[in-house]
Amino acid sequence: MLFDAFSQAVALIMSGDPELFEILWLSIQVSTSALAISVILALPIGTVLAISEFPGKRLCVTVLNSLMGLPPVVVGLLVYLMLSRSGPLGVLGLLYTPTAMVIAQVVLITPIIAALAYQVMDDLHREYRELFQSLGIDSIRAIPTYLWDARYSLVTSILAGFGRAISEVGAVIIVGGNIDHLTRVMTTAIALETSKGELAIALALGIILLMLALLVNAGVTTVRSIALKKAYV
Amino acid sequence: MQIKRTLQALGLSVILPVASGLASADSIVVQSTTSTKNSGLYDYILPKAEQSTGVTINVVAVGTGQAIKNAERCDGDVLLVHAKPSEEKFVAAGFGVERSDLMYNDFVIVGPSSDPAGVNGSSNVSEALSTIASASALFASRGDDSGTHKAELRLWQAAGTDPSEASGSWYRETGSGMGATLNAAVGMGAYAMTDRATWTKFGNKGDFEIHVEGDERLFNQYGVILVNAEKCPSVNSEAGQKFIDWLLSDEGQDTIASYRVQGNQLFFPNAN
Amino acid sequence: MLASQPFEALRSKKPMSDSVIQTHQNAGEVLALDGVSLTVNGKTLLHDISVHSEAQGTTLIMGANGAGKSLLMKCLHGLLTPTSGSIKLLNRPSHETRHQQAMVFQKPVLLRRTVMGNLTFAAPKTTPPEVLHEMLERVNLSGKDQQPARVLSGGEQQRLALARALLTRPKILFLDEPTASLDPASVLIIERLIQEATADGVKSIFISHDIGQAKRLADDVIFLHQGRVTEHTSAATFFTQPLTSQAQAYLAGDVVL
Repeated sequence: MLFDAFSQAVALIMSGDPELFEILWLSIQVSTSALAISVILALPIGTVLAISEFPGKRLCVTVLNSLMGLPPVVVGLLVYLMLSRSGPLGVLGLLYTPTAMVIAQVVLITPIIAALAYQVMDDLHREYRELFQSLGIDSIRAIPTYLWDARYSLVTSILAGFGRAISEVGAVIIVGGNIDHLTRVMTTAIALETSKGELAIALALGIILLMLALLVNAGVTTVRSIALKKAYV
Repeated sequence: MQIKRTLQALGLSVILPVASGLASADSIVVQSTTSTKNSGLYDYILPKAEQSTGVTINVVAVGTGQAIKNAERCDGDVLLVHAKPSEEKFVAAGFGVERSDLMYNDFVIVGPSSDPAGVNGSSNVSEALSTIASASALFASRGDDSGTHKAELRLWQAAGTDPSEASGSWYRETGSGMGATLNAAVGMGAYAMTDRATWTKFGNKGDFEIHVEGDERLFNQYGVILVNAEKCPSVNSEAGQKFIDWLLSDEGQDTIASYRVQGNQLFFPNAN
Repeated sequence: MLASQPFEALRSKKPMSDSVIQTHQNAGEVLALDGVSLTVNGKTLLHDISVHSEAQGTTLIMGANGAGKSLLMKCLHGLLTPTSGSIKLLNRPSHETRHQQAMVFQKPVLLRRTVMGNLTFAAPKTTPPEVLHEMLERVNLSGKDQQPARVLSGGEQQRLALARALLTRPKILFLDEPTASLDPASVLIIERLIQEATADGVKSIFISHDIGQAKRLADDVIFLHQGRVTEHTSAATFFTQPLTSQAQAYLAGDVVL
């Protein structure tokens, strides 16, 4: 079965099957869009949480850490209920569109990136706080400095979010509906092929997804080794 | 609409030019079942339907139970499922305009070739189920409130057996779609009831074969319903009705009849 | 270097009262602390400290580990807010002279960028590049301006931290054990820079356990014992005739608790 799946995966890629590339491309589009939005939301959340002091801060951090473990199916269900025609945002007509999938993935990975960014920023803040105080750097200037100086560690956090987004199926299948040529992505295609008993094709698609994950991870490793060499982590 | 504009401002619509694909006038969502999708029927008929009607048809395939609930939440324009009593209730509650018979296929009981309960060749489904129960042979049920699951429960009732008492022992409820249940059945060597179309197209049969077929109680009727715009103003009635009219037309019925897998006809049109 | 009679020293003499080391308030005061106390989590770490000094040059803060030297320095620099009391530097409340102060920490904190990047981050925007390069030369780091700062050796990192602090053109420079565990060459460079800065009119306030270094640099000494200032005298007096038994024991290398 494994060998079969491997040769099918290779054959699928070699054949340049347009349907495969459509699905793969949509996966990448949806997950990178979700990632872009999540990063815009999550980095400020993580940073502000790390460098500010306010009552209830620890509660916020605990909640954020718990949200990291949100099951995709629950996220899918919540977003479905919001976007459903009879839900509060039903008028937008977004259910069963790639946008709905983006929204679900944003909900799923924003807490992950924010929580990881918080960790990074909290460590950095402990190190830099007194220096910045000494130099009279206000938070307006401190925030971009933290973001810039944590850039290598943040890239790792961000790519962790991307990995989660592109590999999850529970949320996108509910809000996207796995509609052919519209909302079918790699993971929902794998689910479909599995339910058709086409296990080799499902596994072949899985292998292609894995290759994408390998590429992303190779990127992370490269970034990390550069950072280590410069002692920037 | 403020939010939509905000989303656009965020660049979402730039990143995702297909995002508004569903909102267009000639596009509909069909809430349907996994059996019709997994059997490949939609892949065969939808291009022809789209060509004839000019309507873009998006199919969401879930269990019948969930499909009906989704339609009740107005998340679909057309409902195409196989559980007549539930469908009639859906129409009676005002969610559907009218129910039409569309086509039928039949259920079969499949199992490992070793046939541990010895039901092979039976055309009496009640007898076969009783035999399986008394042999405590493994049986994998959908357990997901789908059309197939409901039909299976009716058959157990007719056989005078309540399998729920054996749930977890020889009666295994997967709570999943048809394909996942078949995968599970093959994996643990359990009997399972499936629609013939899904089974014929199923790629992971292992050493499984059909043991029970041909009983008229295994008849599986599909119906099609337009979601009621009075309950759900967002419904695209015009395009949905176009699709239904096509399905019920001679052209649509002939197209359904002409779908073959390995030379076998899987669905039998029977619109009035 | 264990103490022969550490506790006897404590018992035999009481700490000096603050009034002994106070001088009168004066318009030219560089340093003016009145009744500064710091309590953290119910524990009083600095007790009612009052110090007045018009002295330029280098003031050394000495005392055993845990005496509160770093805490006092952080209060002076405004990194910590005292629980009570007032601190004035250059005749103004400490926070108003923030831009005239700089600090070098025991463990250098360097940004994750190049050597030059660290300098330009802290230096006034109008600082010409020649000044930056000249400063690098003074700390013996020229040619390393494009190197990542955090791969430098410990001595180089501390020299860079000092260069960065000096580029802010401080009037008061705080140094918290800047040369602890550095190589002799770096110690020499850092000491020379401090002396040059002092000669330029910068007031430096310095923590060190290195008595040789203290003698080389200090003009006056504040001695802390258990969160209290027990002695504030000229360096010459402190090293030849320490007033308190704790200072005597400290200078003798005895354990003072």
